[in-house]
Amino acid sequence: MFDLQGYGPSLLAGASMTIAVGLSAMVMACILGLVGAWAKLSASYTARATAAVYTTVIRGTPELILLLLLYYGVPTLVQDLASLAGYEIILNFNPFLAGAVTLGLIYGAFATEVFRGAFEAIPRGQTEAAQALGMSRFRVAVHITLPQAMRIALPGLGNVWMILIKATALVSIIQLDEVMRKAKIAAGATHQPFTFYLLASFIFLGITLISSLVQRQLEKKAHRGVGQA
Amino acid sequence: MNFTTMLEYLPQMLDGAWLSLQITGLSLFLGFLLAIPVSLMRLSHLAALRLPAQLYMFYFRGTPLLVQLFLIYYGSGQFRHELEQIGLWAFFRDAWFCAVFALTLNACAYTAEIFRGAILAVPKSDIQAGKAFGMSGLLLFRRIIFPKALRIALPSYGNEVIFLLQASSLVSIITLMDLTGVASRLVAKTFAVYEIYILTAAIYIAITYMLVVIFKLFERILNKHLRTDS
Repeated sequence: MFDLQGYGPSLLAGASMTIAVGLSAMVMACILGLVGAWAKLSASYTARATAAVYTTVIRGTPELILLLLLYYGVPTLVQDLASLAGYEIILNFNPFLAGAVTLGLIYGAFATEVFRGAFEAIPRGQTEAAQALGMSRFRVAVHITLPQAMRIALPGLGNVWMILIKATALVSIIQLDEVMRKAKIAAGATHQPFTFYLLASFIFLGITLISSLVQRQLEKKAHRGVGQA
Repeated sequence: MNFTTMLEYLPQMLDGAWLSLQITGLSLFLGFLLAIPVSLMRLSHLAALRLPAQLYMFYFRGTPLLVQLFLIYYGSGQFRHELEQIGLWAFFRDAWFCAVFALTLNACAYTAEIFRGAILAVPKSDIQAGKAFGMSGLLLFRRIIFPKALRIALPSYGNEVIFLLQASSLVSIITLMDLTGVASRLVAKTFAVYEIYILTAAIYIAITYMLVVIFKLFERILNKHLRTDS
């Protein structure tokens, strides 16, 4: 059943593409999550409202719709707006970029909630003590709240990563050569769809399995010096 | 941008939304029923019961739903002769059946994990009290453990419902005309790309937040006896 007819290397290349697009999206999600959490906890009404709209809209819409909207919708919108202004431009997104940005945007909303919870879990007294020592707000963030928030956020971020890496399968819809698309090509050529999709699913299982091991190590490392966690 | 002409497509899109809700609702219902025995198997002391449940849950929670859909819908074609012989090919040829089948298996795995956590979270004292009354086995489960676990599971189960509704948009990829399927067909027909996808997103958001409100209400009703204010 597992005669790959020479498509093995192609699937592995797809796997590294999956990991690449997943990691890029995760980095973006973490940055957006930190900005989002800062906005949600900010004193400014505008910042709070913007962050609330962002998380509400993103979490209420299927990933597929957001992906299609970004990949097909945004270029059309830009072209329409440009033609209104009297310009003629043709805009096409690179599938890798569109995939990473869409997934980053989506999971940034989830990371926002994770970071918000983490920042809220740090006792106020810590910030107050740091300020009493004369630290600036920036130094308080870098030396006191951020390192602790990272530790608390780690399990939540691990969950976000697990969901994100599975969501990368969607990017095959916009023709990015990741595992699913490679499996589809191989399935079409060999007439063995079950074999290749099963193999693709095992690759995803392998990635999640390794991820959970890495996560456990990271959590152990982050908890050193905290005592029983 | 022309949002007014979009309104004439709204009835078609609502038809699609209805199919999305049907598929989601049916899969959730079947998944819920199956998740009860699966979560009990997962918690069993017998390895022969525990391991299959563990393996099933690990596979369906660890792989993307899209792969599961493709595996069932396209993958079944590889076993066409065998399936024809046992008379199941008519089912696997049908995209609707494959969608419900895949979504049910997926929802069941996640729901069983939620139930597992909830059953473990039932206070020991409740179970001991039940045993003191002479309950055991199925009676104890039906009267004490299950009702309590259901309340504990409700918030997470609400998230699962919303997750599955959104995941159901994937069935459009295996040719079904759910909300996303209708939207993509309209986009191909009218080239009004962002208008239609934005409208689609708005419909999904509306359904999602209706579900959120329903689950909040449900939670209030189930936990009525715990409220201190009156």
